[in-house]
Amino acid sequence: MVNRASWFNVVSVAFGLAFLYLPIVILIVYSFNDSRLVTVWGGWSARWYRELWNDGPVLAAAWVSLRIAFLSATMATILGTLAALALVRIGRFRGRMAFSAMIYAPLVMPEVIIGLSLLLLFVTLDLDRGFWTTTLAHTTLTMCFVTVIVQSRLLAFDWSLEEAAMDLGCPPARTFFSITLPLIASAVASGWMLAFALSLDDLVIANFTTGPGATTLPIQIYSQVRLGVKPEINAICTLMIGFVAVIVVIASLLSKRYAVARDRQGALAAPM
Amino acid sequence: MNGTHAQRGWTRRLVVLIPYLWLLVFFAAPFAIVLRMSVSQNAIAAPPYLPLFDPAAGWQGVKDFVGALSFDNFQRVFSDSIYTFAYLKSLQVALVSTALLLLIAFPIAYGMARAPRRTQPALVMAVILPFWTAFLIRIYAWVNILQRDGLLNDVLRALHIIDDPIGWLSTDTAVYIGIVYSYLPFMVLPIYSALEKLDHSLLEAAADLGCPRWKAFWLVTLPLAMPGVLAGALLCFIPVVGEFVIPDLLGGSNMMMIGQALWVDFFNNLDWPAASAIAVVLLALLLVPIVIYQHVQTRALAGGS
Repeated sequence: MVNRASWFNVVSVAFGLAFLYLPIVILIVYSFNDSRLVTVWGGWSARWYRELWNDGPVLAAAWVSLRIAFLSATMATILGTLAALALVRIGRFRGRMAFSAMIYAPLVMPEVIIGLSLLLLFVTLDLDRGFWTTTLAHTTLTMCFVTVIVQSRLLAFDWSLEEAAMDLGCPPARTFFSITLPLIASAVASGWMLAFALSLDDLVIANFTTGPGATTLPIQIYSQVRLGVKPEINAICTLMIGFVAVIVVIASLLSKRYAVARDRQGALAAPM
Repeated sequence: MNGTHAQRGWTRRLVVLIPYLWLLVFFAAPFAIVLRMSVSQNAIAAPPYLPLFDPAAGWQGVKDFVGALSFDNFQRVFSDSIYTFAYLKSLQVALVSTALLLLIAFPIAYGMARAPRRTQPALVMAVILPFWTAFLIRIYAWVNILQRDGLLNDVLRALHIIDDPIGWLSTDTAVYIGIVYSYLPFMVLPIYSALEKLDHSLLEAAADLGCPRWKAFWLVTLPLAMPGVLAGALLCFIPVVGEFVIPDLLGGSNMMMIGQALWVDFFNNLDWPAASAIAVVLLALLLVPIVIYQHVQTRALAGGS
């Protein structure tokens, strides 16, 4: 589009970004507030982080959440990548319509419906609600996000490389690992991270599918927020934001390095 | 060669079958159970509903099954004014906030599309990033800001816009702020990607032919942005109808959206069949928008290839 931005364009983008970031910045600043009252500024201090360190239930919940997020993101990445391959590379197969409907629906489906339906499934199957049921639930939700990310990457490069390898007698699995996967690696990685972040974040579905002994961090935070605002919650939230920020930065660095490496390789020879 | 072909066939089948089966078991089958639960009766026991189906009982089991179907839950959902009100309120909140989001997101997306090419990826990243930080945290940040002795009132008082603090929290306004804040990236990004593809020569041609800028915007830019606008609107409208966390944390006790009604029936009243009936009706309401959304998505991907 036009590359000359008017002052109105600049102002609206600046306003939009300020609106998105200001509340997060305020939250981070107030997590270093010494005062017990959340709204009164009492000077800088790391006091709430120290209290957090001694808060057993919160730490236990964080550990549960991290494990669930790691496992479900990994399973979701495998399933989601397969689903993307099915949609893009396999093309026509019986039940494709229903398949793509099941991929897109969870992206917009209200979480209360997904949570309720999965819980009823687990009760029907007589599975004990807890760590594993929540992991299965998060895998199901997040694999659809992975699919969409990997799918758009797969659509961006053409099929001829894989076709050539297979015509030369390369078995499909090997073709996938030596040609397709390196090409879509950055999309698969960002799919994994999005799945991880979504799982770490989810309150509604986890509240339906978890059971005693597997309280996740969002559930713990939610129950504390309902009792009123506490400075300690600001500290947990800041840590979570920092954690996600570090992952995102690492990811973008990795994908840049990867892109550089690929370009070099491409300059030397055909990417095989 | 033949061996590779057979292998190829099997690999292809597995690539489709594994995620397909997963979604059938964990996404499609649960809806069938919700449907079944919604015509079941509540029981004061654990689990809090009457037995669903007993395959061991054979033909008698099937007869019992049909005989026990009860549409009481649906009757209640349709006749109890609390539910009717909650459905209407949810639709109203979703419509109003989708309109607000459009008004706020369009200038942002437009500005992003007109920014220098080199800065555009950074801007896109900046809009996506908040989506990666926990949703619950972002809502909680607003609890901090909107409470009676919170930052918003401090700022407004310092600017002498108001004299006495206003109770922002627990109002509809707070819910709208929360929704607009959390869903903004979902509206900005599809509109941006539609605008970014826009061919500049079309606008130049319009200008050369003496078309005023506002008219070119109305006749060229807006129609071409429509697919993005539609995708963004659906991406916001559908989940907002069933939203729970935002109205629960920011809304007042008099504001009950349908997601909250479902939550209360399930967790507080332990009435699983009623919660299922609410979910079934909610799904029926959202079916048409979801189908349209899928259509838009598939078309967008087909066009992008």
